[in-house]
Amino acid sequence: MSDTPILSKKDFASEQDARWCPGCGDDAILNAVEAVMPTLGIPKEKIVFVSGIGCSSRFPYYMASYGFHTIHGRAAAIATGLKISNPDLSVWMISGDGDALSIGGNHFIHAIRRNIDIKLLLFNNEIYGLTKSQYSPTSPSGQVTKSTPYGSLDRSFSAASLSIGAEATFFARAVDTEPKYLQSILQRAAAHQGTAIVEVLQNCVIFNDGAHKWTTDRASRSENQLRLEHGKPMIFGDTVKQGIRLNGITPEVVTLGENGITEGDILVHDEKASEPTLAYFLSRMRAPDFPTPLGVFRAVEAPTYDQQIHQQLEDIKVKKGDGQLRKLFFSGDTWEVKASAENQNEALSAGGNHD
Amino acid sequence: MTTKDRIELDRVTIRFAGDSGDGMQLTGSQFTNTSAIVGNDLTTLPDFPAEIRSPVGILPGVSTGVSSFQVQIGEIDVYTPGDEPDVLVAMNPAALKVNLEVMPKGATLILDLSSFTIRNLDKAGYKSNPLTDGSLDAYHLIQAEITKLTLNALEQLDLEAPDKTRCKNFFALGMMYWMYNRPLELSTGWIERKFAHTPLLAEANKLALSAGYHYAQTADLMPSTFEVRPAQLEPGFYRSVSGNQALALGLITAAKQADLPLFLGTYPITPASDILHELSKYKEYGVISFQAEDEIAAVCAALGASYGGSLAITSTSGPGMSLKSEALSLAIKTELPLILIDVQRAGPSTGIPTKTEQSDLLQALYGRHGESPICVLACSRPTDCFDVALEAAQIAVQFMTPVIVLSDGYIANGTGSWKIPDPDQLKPIIVRRPTDPEAFKPYARDEATLGRSWAIPGMAGFEHRIGGLESQNETGNISYDPLNHELMSQLRADKIQRIAEFVPEQAVLGPESGKLLVISWGGTYGSVYSAVTQAQGEGLSVAHAHLRHLNPLPRNLGELITRYQQVLVPELNFGQLAKVLNIHYGTQVKTLNKLQGQPFKIREIRDGIDAALASLPLEALDV
Ligand code: SF4
Repeated sequence: MSDTPILSKKDFASEQDARWCPGCGDDAILNAVEAVMPTLGIPKEKIVFVSGIGCSSRFPYYMASYGFHTIHGRAAAIATGLKISNPDLSVWMISGDGDALSIGGNHFIHAIRRNIDIKLLLFNNEIYGLTKSQYSPTSPSGQVTKSTPYGSLDRSFSAASLSIGAEATFFARAVDTEPKYLQSILQRAAAHQGTAIVEVLQNCVIFNDGAHKWTTDRASRSENQLRLEHGKPMIFGDTVKQGIRLNGITPEVVTLGENGITEGDILVHDEKASEPTLAYFLSRMRAPDFPTPLGVFRAVEAPTYDQQIHQQLEDIKVKKGDGQLRKLFFSGDTWEVKASAENQNEALSAGGNHD
Repeated sequence: MTTKDRIELDRVTIRFAGDSGDGMQLTGSQFTNTSAIVGNDLTTLPDFPAEIRSPVGILPGVSTGVSSFQVQIGEIDVYTPGDEPDVLVAMNPAALKVNLEVMPKGATLILDLSSFTIRNLDKAGYKSNPLTDGSLDAYHLIQAEITKLTLNALEQLDLEAPDKTRCKNFFALGMMYWMYNRPLELSTGWIERKFAHTPLLAEANKLALSAGYHYAQTADLMPSTFEVRPAQLEPGFYRSVSGNQALALGLITAAKQADLPLFLGTYPITPASDILHELSKYKEYGVISFQAEDEIAAVCAALGASYGGSLAITSTSGPGMSLKSEALSLAIKTELPLILIDVQRAGPSTGIPTKTEQSDLLQALYGRHGESPICVLACSRPTDCFDVALEAAQIAVQFMTPVIVLSDGYIANGTGSWKIPDPDQLKPIIVRRPTDPEAFKPYARDEATLGRSWAIPGMAGFEHRIGGLESQNETGNISYDPLNHELMSQLRADKIQRIAEFVPEQAVLGPESGKLLVISWGGTYGSVYSAVTQAQGEGLSVAHAHLRHLNPLPRNLGELITRYQQVLVPELNFGQLAKVLNIHYGTQVKTLNKLQGQPFKIREIRDGIDAALASLPLEALDV
């Protein structure tokens, strides 16, 4: 990439001013993404942001790369078509919990299933913001919103469980309040080949303020966050060191030093485990019984759908030769009608070469 | 060997009928291909149930279990599969019962005697045996123990009885080949290719075919054999294509002519799935066929591919088009080229999925939210699908717009003899890419077409954002300005209207003015053409205009209509084009409608023409 001009954060900010509510977590995420882009060594014209509908989906308008603001729920399908058509592009999808997990749930799981090489940033604020406060599929049961004045009855989804259940090759979680950490996670996602889901716990200051407070609060975050590191034991807490231990097939929180528990008893994180079981355990850990796991849950290598499609095209071109129209037209049974008076027909290839 | 009379015919219509597992579609298409190669012009009507293997011998109507394939072969102008078959090959009593109602008296019935058991007669609802009760006296009966003779012929082969029985369709085909003087080689070649990996089955089917042929020759069943003279087709190379095949060929060709990658995003749906099957074969042409998770994902992936610079297609049928309509509106708003193919079927909802209809026209024209005009083209016959695909691509790219192509089940599954074009004579499709990054504006337009230029990701210096939110004229920035919204809506509408200036004027077959103009569109072409030419032959004042361009309508159509006293619009719906014409031109056209999942017969159109002419006020007598 020697001929790629050195870009700065500024180069990625479009001339349009972001119009999210003051204090919205989306601004922080935009900032982090703008900061990460120049570090990737990808020319600006090869970067595309594709979004659905919702507050977060305004995102592409604020980036100075290519951008496509599409339809509610459908960004994953559009990004899939785009990436297949041109695998050279770095395709980033921006979506929210309503967009990706409710109306777009089908496209979300199928993008993951195929392992199409797109980076999917899921802004999870556990609410519908743009339509002014209705509960979303990640809102906890009982949530009071405009559409659920007596509390929602729906059980909520975990974006992580859903992604891991669909065998995401990459899943990570970050928070909007810790920009440096978010940037490091975005860089990990960018480096991953395949569908990379980054769930960002994002604060909707207007309609669901403090939804992630338990996890993000400065005072308590070291007790309430579990920072995942590959190959390291799952230990958290500043004053009291706690850790995650497997009890049978159930994870539990234990305190180091208590009841003879040592570091050796603590589960070691393995983001590269080929089975998604461990990542799934992590996806089930929720407040208040467990700390919120942050970081890379899973990052395994697998062929990407877009690579496979193009590989197949190349293989068949090698096998059959480059397609020419004349060959195409004359495939199958053909015959000639001669200009002669008898109009004698002649079967040319009564054994088609293309069945 | 007995010597028989050989009777020359200028056309003949044959229907093969059996249970859906009897291989009648295969038998019919084998007969068709061979006939095409020996030089006949032809039109086919495959007609099958939605069930893959419905219970044997159960009556339709009950009649869903019977599958049939009708083909008309002939010397000249075979534009329809024939109103009434001259010959019916029926593999069991149910197939006889269901199809007998369309058979004219005096027609030939070829029946598999082995299947006329009490049990089968009973299942078909026969109270007495039609072979002996005199009810078939008005027909010419040819009864052969087709199943039994097939088993006899295959006696030596080490195959299970059901496998042997399944070869009976080739026995019947062999009989027909002898009767109509067709060579066996094309079908034996096909069998060898088809069963290349199971030589025993190949052997069995070939044996059955030739046994049928020789049986017909030796047994004194048929008083005469027939010769259908070859058609006077334009000199050149030909092959037979189904409508869906021709669409696929046309799309691959269009992509080559435009030098764009071809991308199909689709989801399986009858009767459009064969477009997917076809395009999936041609990977060496760089064709990407993407079977999406649903109809919406299919069109969205296609739109994403279009944004990325592919010639993007999505194929579906009516219910699928409903699901795609939101994405179509985004394509209209973002002015991206996209071709949506709707192979129409009998609706609403699941309807009768394997039967044909023309009832999605209004959905295609108007079935979207917002002011969202779109270009709509319709195919008229299987071979026409190739040309329509090329034109759709041309328009989509030139005007930067989605285009809907309407086909239907009848065209999609029917076959015709396609005159293979010379690839070197095909016109290139020009893609307009911006060249000056400084001057680039995403929504700046070409003066002639009003199409915007197509900058795609990867082009340095042209980075821009598009989306569903209203765009400021030229810059494409988000704009909620009321006047700008009206302006952009008007520009989108004007652009579609502009297309009419670039396509040929509507042609008319027949007198340039007169009493009656019959206007048709889509798959009714053959029946209407045939009925009109028949009427013209009798000196009636009738002309025919068949529309390919349904939006925008041809620029001369309004004026054309005024030259005739009456307009008749036959459609396989309740008058959708008729409504459109009445709205556009303030006319009160006469309608002729049919909603039976079957194409028009020539007779039905002809009756409509006669009725329309009779309804005209009597002219003052010349004194
Ligand atoms: S409504 Fe909530 S999510 Fe939307 S912009 Fe405002 S604060 Fe952000």
